Amino acid sequence: MKTKANAVTSQAFPESQTGRVKSFIATCKSQKALLLMTVPFVIWVFVFKYLPVWGWTMAFQDFKPARSFSEQEWVGFKHFAFLFTDDRFLGVLRNTLAQSLINLVLGFVTAIGLAVLINELTNVKFKRVVQTISYLPHFLSWVVAAALISSLLSMDGIINELLIGLNIIDDKILWLGVGEYFWGILAASDIWKNVGWNTIIYLAAISMIDMEQYEAAKIDGASRLQRIKYITIPGMKPVIVVLLIMNMGYIIEAGFEAQYLLGNGQNIEYSENIDVFVINYGISMFNFSLATAAGIFKTVISLIFLIAANSFSKKMGQGGLY
Amino acid sequence: MILAKKRKKNLMRTKEDVLFDTFNVTFMILLSIVMLYPFLNQIALSLNAATDSVKGGIYLWPREFTWRNYEYVFSQASIMQGIFVSVARTVIGTLISILCTAMVAYAIAQEKFVFKRSVTIIFIMTMYFNGGLIPTYLLMRDLQLIGTFWVYIIPGIISAFNLIIMRSFIEGIPKSIFEQARIDGAGDFRVFFQIVLPLSLPVLATVSLFVAVGQWNQWFDVFLYNSSNESLTTLQYELMKVLQNTATSNGDWNSAQASGEHAANTVTPKSIQATMTIVASLPIICIYPFLQKYFVKGMTLGAVK
Repeated sequence: MKTKANAVTSQAFPESQTGRVKSFIATCKSQKALLLMTVPFVIWVFVFKYLPVWGWTMAFQDFKPARSFSEQEWVGFKHFAFLFTDDRFLGVLRNTLAQSLINLVLGFVTAIGLAVLINELTNVKFKRVVQTISYLPHFLSWVVAAALISSLLSMDGIINELLIGLNIIDDKILWLGVGEYFWGILAASDIWKNVGWNTIIYLAAISMIDMEQYEAAKIDGASRLQRIKYITIPGMKPVIVVLLIMNMGYIIEAGFEAQYLLGNGQNIEYSENIDVFVINYGISMFNFSLATAAGIFKTVISLIFLIAANSFSKKMGQGGLY
Repeated sequence: MILAKKRKKNLMRTKEDVLFDTFNVTFMILLSIVMLYPFLNQIALSLNAATDSVKGGIYLWPREFTWRNYEYVFSQASIMQGIFVSVARTVIGTLISILCTAMVAYAIAQEKFVFKRSVTIIFIMTMYFNGGLIPTYLLMRDLQLIGTFWVYIIPGIISAFNLIIMRSFIEGIPKSIFEQARIDGAGDFRVFFQIVLPLSLPVLATVSLFVAVGQWNQWFDVFLYNSSNESLTTLQYELMKVLQNTATSNGDWNSAQASGEHAANTVTPKSIQATMTIVASLPIICIYPFLQKYFVKGMTLGAVK
């Protein structure tokens, strides 16, 4: 609270406690308008963002919505203990990690690859059209995306027709009905939706590379692929490292929309991740305590990952997120 | 002279270059097809007679052209209701969110503001944790927001991310403009409404787009808070319901009977889903190509931070 204005006004008062308080009140009065602009929203943020954290206590109770807080029965770590002995939750944990890791690695490689290839396009107009088309799916909702994907993958969808036409499979496959395929379908859907959008940041990095390097390499007789390998990729390296580290922080955040919307009774063993588990237990089965415990577990793990990734990034000299 | 230039250019293009470019362009065309095909296919399906679509073989062009599917979809009360709520939440939610975010951003951009640092930190902290689904749900219940329209607007008024983007922009406005206005006797509210808002139009446009797209695409809060309240469901939620119904019918959705007795012979779940998919994404498809640069700007603005 030691702002310039405060320091200036406090000179007029003796450096006593009351003087400071007085000058502080005077500053507040003079900034009435700014306070009016922020105070309602500070209250809002406390109610809607901070207050729910209080609800974490539920995970340590056998929470019954009808009872008041003092009437709740405290059970310690019972729900956490249950989670880690429950086969379903262990499967959920496996799904969360597998889905995130696959999405992270494939998402990264495809976005970098596509950015390099887009950068190599020589026709400006064609380049712009390709960019516009590839960004588009990012702006569609996951509901729309899931409708498109499930239509493609249905029994009489084009994927089955194509694969049978190419003699890769003999019989039609109900793709979303086979659990083992789910991680792959999820990764492919995620790439389809976001790969174009994710190239933006890499293209921005490429545009910072000095053109003279390319000219010099050309004169030295470097081929197209050599120029990509020795100039473009190294030029993107700082951005790649920062994004990789930051994304490691979000490793447990695989989202839930695609999993929830594409998931069904047949693939649940592979589709259900922590977020979907929370929805299924909490919202559909009203087991608030268990669902909250799972949610807390996720938040804590992801916070640890985020802090670790951030301090790692600072150590690497790349600057942190905060 | 042009010929000489051309020859020089040709000389510089090696065989490898030609090969690379051919591969690259072919790849990009294939990629564009993969990106667009699912969508074009749904357009074709939505414009094709439902009973004919059952035979399969509809790819990019309708075989038996009809508006019947659209007529059916737009005659459904629940869908028209959904469109209305979707539009309402997009317009109202975006306006309120932008105005409030800009106002707080203005306050925390002022050097002299006593709580500049503390308010900024209070908001930034929310980027790193959240109370989780169930506690938030119970809070909405306790605040009696469940079953109301405002549950779509109030919990998301300010996002810390948008706040930081706007603050950075406002901090970039030359101080002398504010000083001059203050000397002329303008208070903070007047400076904000008459100077800062008009000067911030570029960043307001970008952030509005993201907020609006987010509102239009949202289905989860409807599912959580208003799934039993039919008068407040959105278009995306109605589409989700159709999707879940067709998905549970074992993928063999052609044999499923359409809802609605009279329509049973002319529409199928498949054609309804295709039509609703198009209706739900059309607003975005229509505005997106024209506003793409603002979207991209938002992405890079966020990355700079």
